[in-house]
This record gives sequence, C-alpha cells and structure tokens, in this order.
Amino acid sequence: MRLYTLPAWRLRWELVEGGGDPASYVEQVYERIRLFEKTLNSYITLRSMEEVVEEVEQQVREARRGAYKPLAGVLLAVKDNIAVEGLPNTCASRMLSKYIPPYTATVVERLVEAGAVVIGKTNMDEFAMGSTGETSAYGPTRNPWSINRVPGGSSSGTAAAVAAALATIGLGNDTGGSIRLPAAWTGLYGLKSTYGLVSRYGLVSYAESLEQIGPMTRNIMDLAVMMEAMAGFDPRDSTSLDYTPSRGVYTAAVERGEEGARLSVALLEDMVEHEAVSEDVRRVVYRAAEALEEMGAKVSREKVGRHVAYYALPAYYVIAMCEASSNLARYDNIRYGYREPPRPWEGWNTYYSRVRGEGFGREVKRRIMLGSWMLSAGYKDQYYVRALRLRRMVRDRLLSLAERYDVLLLPSAVTMPPRLGEAITDPVKLYMLDTVSVQANLSGLPALTVPAGKVRSIPLGVQLMARPLGEPRLFTAASMIATATGLHDLIAEPVG
Amino acid sequence: MKRRTVIGLEIHVQLTALKTKLFCSCSADYRHSPPNTHVCPVCLGLPGALPVVNKEALRAAISVCLALNGRVADRLRFDRKHYFYPDMPKNYQITQYLEPICREGYLEIEYNGRTKKIRIRRMNLEEDPGRLVYPAGSPLHSPYSLVDYNRAGVALLEIVTEPDMESPEEARLFLEKLRSILEHLGVSDPSLEGAMRVDANISVEGGERVEVKNIGSIHEVERALMYEIVRQNSLLDKGVKPKRETRHWDPAHRVTIPARVKETEEDYRYMPDPNLPPVRIPAELVKAVAESLPELPDKRAERFVREYGLPRKTARVLVSRKLLADFYEDVVKMYGGDPRRAANYIVNDLLNWLKDYGIKALYSRVPPERVVKVLKLLDEGVISIRQAKELAEVIVKKGVDPEEYVKKAGYVKISDEEYLSRIVEEVFKEHPKAVRDALEKPKAVNFLVGMVMAKTRGRADPVVARRLVLRRLEELRARGASQTSSR
Repeated sequence: MRLYTLPAWRLRWELVEGGGDPASYVEQVYERIRLFEKTLNSYITLRSMEEVVEEVEQQVREARRGAYKPLAGVLLAVKDNIAVEGLPNTCASRMLSKYIPPYTATVVERLVEAGAVVIGKTNMDEFAMGSTGETSAYGPTRNPWSINRVPGGSSSGTAAAVAAALATIGLGNDTGGSIRLPAAWTGLYGLKSTYGLVSRYGLVSYAESLEQIGPMTRNIMDLAVMMEAMAGFDPRDSTSLDYTPSRGVYTAAVERGEEGARLSVALLEDMVEHEAVSEDVRRVVYRAAEALEEMGAKVSREKVGRHVAYYALPAYYVIAMCEASSNLARYDNIRYGYREPPRPWEGWNTYYSRVRGEGFGREVKRRIMLGSWMLSAGYKDQYYVRALRLRRMVRDRLLSLAERYDVLLLPSAVTMPPRLGEAITDPVKLYMLDTVSVQANLSGLPALTVPAGKVRSIPLGVQLMARPLGEPRLFTAASMIATATGLHDLIAEPVG
Repeated sequence: MKRRTVIGLEIHVQLTALKTKLFCSCSADYRHSPPNTHVCPVCLGLPGALPVVNKEALRAAISVCLALNGRVADRLRFDRKHYFYPDMPKNYQITQYLEPICREGYLEIEYNGRTKKIRIRRMNLEEDPGRLVYPAGSPLHSPYSLVDYNRAGVALLEIVTEPDMESPEEARLFLEKLRSILEHLGVSDPSLEGAMRVDANISVEGGERVEVKNIGSIHEVERALMYEIVRQNSLLDKGVKPKRETRHWDPAHRVTIPARVKETEEDYRYMPDPNLPPVRIPAELVKAVAESLPELPDKRAERFVREYGLPRKTARVLVSRKLLADFYEDVVKMYGGDPRRAANYIVNDLLNWLKDYGIKALYSRVPPERVVKVLKLLDEGVISIRQAKELAEVIVKKGVDPEEYVKKAGYVKISDEEYLSRIVEEVFKEHPKAVRDALEKPKAVNFLVGMVMAKTRGRADPVVARRLVLRRLEELRARGASQTSSR
C-alpha cells in the first residue's frame, strides 16, 4: 500500500487500526526523499531513518494502546526557524549554522504529543525574509510541480516537501504570506491563524506583531486535525489568546463543508482586479467563487478600498523591517552562531560588524538596515508611526467586512510562481509578491489558502479570510471548495 | 564665592526579594553562584524564546510607587531600548519608555531642621543586563572579556528624581530615606552588592550639567558629589565653564574621570515590545497593594516618638534602617524598662561600634538579648554607665555575652566601703580647694564624687561613693566646729 500518499487522518487509521506497517510508511517517504530531495533541496536537516522509524513505531504503539494520538506516526516537516531540541535551527542563515536549540517550540511539543514525528527541518528564505525561497544560505528550493520555478516563500522547504510527499504534514510560519503564498503555488492547504491562537514560543522572531506558526497539508482535514492539536493558550507566550479550541471543533467544520453550507461570502473585487494580479489568478478566484456557490454559499462583491489594497504593503514592510532590525540585533555570534572567534584585542563593535557582515545574506542586511533607519530619531514618525496608523485603518476596514460576512474571498498569490532567479534580483518586485497576503497579518485575521485550480498543470490556491477566531468558517469554506473542485491530496512527481 | 548647586539622581534598584527574574523563571538570587548557571532560553535571549512578565515584579513596583507618593500607570507597557553591548543578550533592553509604571512622586527629607520635598519624575521597570568580567581586572589590560549572564533579566526599578537637591548631604539623606523605604517594603535588600546603583546629575551655577555614572553606595554618592562641586567650582573660579559630559566615579582614587566621549548622540530606536502587549493594571490590584503596604519609616518614627517618648532625632536615626528599627523594638519588648534608655544606648553606643561590621551585624553578631542584658545590669546597679558604654564595644567586637564577660572581667561595681574610704581620703588630700568649696556649696560635692569615680575608672558604686564623700565632709565640719570652740 502506498501509505505516503494518504492524508494524515487516513494514515493514522491505517497505522493504528488498519494494520498498516509504520516502518514501511517511513521507508516509502525516505525512498521519495532519495528520489527527489537532490532536485528539490527542501530539507536543511534530515533525521536518520532508523531514529524516525523507532519514534513512529513508538507513537503507533501508544495509540494502539489507546492513547489519544490523532496524528499517530505521521511524519512532520518543520521549518528551520522553529525550535526542536537537539536539531540544528539555522533559519537558513550562515549566522545560525551551528546553533542547536536546547528547547522545543510549544507547537512542536503539542504535535508530538498528538503523535506526530519530526522528520527534519526544512529550507526557507533566510530568517523568513523573502517570498520565493531563494534568499536561503543553503540554496533555493525548487517547486516540485515545475522545477524551474520557485515554490514560494518563505516556507519554501515545507511546501516542497509536503507537496512532493517527502513528509505528510508540515509546519511553516507566516509573517506576510510565508505560509499562504507557497501553499498557493504547490497545491497545499495552509493556514495563518488568528493572531495569538497559535503559540509563537520557539519561533525565531522576524516580526513578532505579525507572525504566526501554521500548518501546511495536502488535505483540509489534516489542517483541522493539526490545528486542534497545536492551537490554544500558551503561558509562555504573552501574545497568546486566552482561548483553546475544543476537540473536534475544526474537524466538524470540515465535515460541514463536505455537505455544503449556506455561507455568506464576500468576493473582494478590488483585490481580485488589483493591477498586480494576473489574469490566470483572477480566473481561479472566480472559479473558487463558483465552487462556493455550487456548495450553497451566497457570494457578494465587496470593495476593500485603497488603504487595504494599496497601502497595506508598504505599511507591512515598514513594520516588518523595523521589528526585524530589533529582533536580529541579538545575532552577534557571542552566545551561539557560527564558528568565528574574535581576534585578540578585537573590540566588540568591530567584531559585531565583521560577523554580521559575513553571517547575514543581502536581503536580511537590507531589511535590518532599512528597519534601523526607519526607527531612528527623526524618521520614526515618518515611517514606523505612520505605518502603525495605516495598520489600524487596514484592520478596522477588514474587521468590519469580516463581521458582515462569514468568509472573504481573495487571491492568495498575485501571479503564478516565477522562475528561479526571476524575482530575486529586484527587491520591489519581490515585495510585490506579498500584495494580497499582508492584510491578514496587519489585521490579525485568520486566512487560509485552498487549492482551487490549475494553470498549465501547476496548482493554484485562493485565499479565504474570516473574523478573529473564525477558523471554523474557513475550514467549512475550504472544504466546500475542495469538494466542488476535487483538487485535494495533490502529490507532485518532480521531473528533471 | 558660593554658587548654587543643583542635583538630580537616577537610582537603579534591583528587586532582590523576587524569587525569579523579570521575564523568566530563573532564580534572581544569583550572587555567589558560578557564572552562567542562572540562565534559560529567555534570559539568554535564545532565538524563539519569549518574555512573560513576573506578576510579583508588578506588585513590587506598584508598592514602591505608592510608597513614593506616585501615580500608578493605567497599563503596563514595555519598550525596547536598542544598543549593542555584550552584556545584553538581545542587544536591546526591555524597559519602559513612553509609559513608566509610576509618575509624579515625591519624598520628604529633613535637612537643617526643615522638611524638604524631593520630587520623583518617573519610575520604570526594566531588565538588568549581564555582567562583563575582565580576566586581568580591567578592560585595558585584558586581551578578551568574559560575560556572566546570571544577572541578565533580574528585575530593576529605575527611579528618576527631579533636580531638587542642592547639596551632597541632601542627596545622601534622600538616598537613605529611599533605602529605608525599600527595606520596609521588603522589595529589595539595598545592602547587597550592586542592588542599588546611582547615577547623579550635578550642575553648579554657571556651568553645564555633568552626569556621574554608576556609583555603588550612598556614601560614595556623597563623596563623588562633593568632589564634583569642588572640581566644577574651581573650574569656574579659573573662568572655565564646566562642559556637559558624562564622568565615572573612581572610588579607589576618589575622583571622577571623564567617560569615553561618543562621537554621536546615542539613538536607542525605542519601539514597543511586540512580545509584551500592553495590559491594564487593574485598579483593584493597586488598591490591594495600597491596603497591604507595611508601616513606612516616617510613620514608624512618629510612632516611636508617641509610643516610646523618643526625641524625634533619635527616632529618625532608628528608622533609617529597617533592621535597626526592628532590633530596637525587639530590645524594647524584651527589656521592659525605659524605652528611651534602650534607644540612647543603641543610637549613641552600639551604632558607633557597628560601623565596621555593617548594620547586618545586628541579630547575627549582636542578638537583641545581649543588649537587653546590658541594660538590665545597668538598671540593677551591677555596672556603671561607663561600663555599659565599654560593653557596647565588647559585645560588637568580641561578639560575647555581656553577663559572662562582666563576671570574668571582674566588672562588678566596687561598693567595698573600706577600700572606697581610702580612695575618698586620697581625693580629699589631693583637692583641698575642692573640699573647702564643698563644705560651703553642696553642689560642689559632685566634683569630689566624680574624682572618686575617675580614680576607680568608673567602677566605684556611685551611691556608696557619694555617701562616703558626704560622711567625710560631715566629719570635717564637725572637727572644724570643735576646733573653733576650743579656741
């Protein structure tokens, strides 16, 4: 049986109740890694198969004995900016190439408690700064659906690994679209939850006021199962909401969607017709609207206005860069880092400049420098403070829309994935890829990417947004689209 | 010529009574621990670790704010202050910039018999950085530096006054008052090394403001300020205007030295910490803290005056340290005698000898029972006042039980009449003029008694001595009368 093709919820059943062999599942996945990893470059750290087999068998044994393990034995790919004790945590940066965290992120702890087994740490844009996966110090990841194209970023490795079934489920993080954009370009479901629903403890900070860890899967039910395991209050994260979803609330929402539901949907017209959005993308969004209507939804057209459609992007980059300049200040190579000892009598300021010059890549340095400048006296009010004002306007507008509709529908990516090297050379072109993603981060609203069409045999996802803690609505709507289009459990067979 | 001096202070107080650091659960009691043993992902600033506010630190800060008559902020908010320094794990410090926990407080000090109000501008909660260790003692002579992060993340309270002080004495009095309040609140033990660090701003009329950084004790603050007044005044005398600068206090040489001049004004690029969203400080919490505030030094001094009949000055000395005031009250309770006598003995005699050991010698080296024993020996007439004074030195320095010491040292009063009569005889022979005076004026008797005491080094029983002197004078008078009649 080809266990690697199964969604996690089915796989768990096969392994725990159907007599499926955990070792052969792991072997199949490692066989695919042997076949495709060289091409894709999706992992930075891969654990040994023996170790992983042992843990998968252990999880399955415990589940067979009756432990509640909704993800028993399921292989989980973790983005390399999320701490897993004992595994390198490079953030795809030379700066952290030798850093091994002594602790594990809350979210990983919870998923492992639910039965998942970490298979490895995935490639990404350096410190999650990038939208194509190409800023990695470990080389770019390729899109398994079309290997001359990027998979999207910054969660590029997780996207490629899950899409090509080099893992069954994955974790990414989303600061300005880093889950949703690669999910949209690799045929995956990806969720950026309501700000504060998922603990950030253990996620290496890029821009904390914007980001969330989130699941990436090939099946909407898997997304719901993962969220039930990982979401909820964490005392170690002060921005964590005092809310923990009850068991079954997301999976039930998925099941509701399979039957169809009378959701009210707002198609965000000026986001779809935005000049940055390509014709291919527009067609897929309209197709998704039809799919929702077929399943019983009532779709209306709404406009978000210029602030949301146009000014959100610069506001986002100002805030993200300012926070980044602060968060990345700690990388001075003293407590952890790469091997580069100070020279005798070298002053620390000289040393800091030297190692930060060598250890960070171009894009990271660009954002640190711009952020430092925009936060400095005399410029802060022009940039940072103004961006915060815009942020409030974006949030207010989206909140009022989200209160009036169950779900908002908009593109998840502005174009089809660029070819390798195409976007990376021009930072503004690169930043424009986030045109439709950053609104959810600025406003804290939950947003989910769902595959809705294919363009020249590459799958393309659309984006759903809802009010704060409106995740069940997102699951229902995504499930409706999945049922109507049949575009789920897509597995890429990379060629080249 | 006398120029006006203006002084403002910035005091960093470690909340040493907290069990844990400000944003993590590492033990805050790091002193005497091997380097880097009180650390965790949070206080080491490891990638991905997040701060969570210690609720007890908030309570402590509120209590200090209320004790300093300040206004507690509506919400708790933290900002990041950025600068690169190896003792800061994140290269930014979590502090409060825009919304300090407390504003507009004041403290009253007594100076030259007048009460003076020193205003407090603001007070904020922040994390302490780690500590640099230089293998050769100083950065100049060390080829490398080491960092100890045990202190990193310990809760600090920064208290900033208005420039309301006009002399080093006022600054000292303010700091002593503040110290005692912190002790009474039980939030900090300022006597621990580095638990109370002071930056002083001082300007002398005609010059610019000078900041003297990182002074380690109240005593040193006074010294540093005195030094600065002399330095700045002598510059002005020479027609040189003291420039605006930062200086460091060198306690070994007792001078201030200019700090390295920065080429540009430091820009800390303050921004709100996104990991610590603002939280409301509930009015009920402030109320609860206010209601549980302990008796503070001013009130305690008033009570000492009222309850024990102490002079205001003595009461103020006693409440200047919590331990001293506690000690006094314990002595009073056990002693049962005159509280004024106990106060006098502690303030005038015991305190003198404690200087070398520090206030912490109370209880540990000098249990209150021993002071009570001295006072009782005195009351019972076993020892003289002078001997009691000598015993103060003995119980502090030797750390022994006064009763046993008195027995061993033959420290008992001389009331043997035969012996004392001989002494009286000697005194009368040596001071014939005094004897003649005493025969006429009863007040002059005291001089003769005093001489008897002096000859016995204070050991004579003054009652017996006086009786013997009076008897001898009577005899002389009687003899004089009989001589006259025989003529």
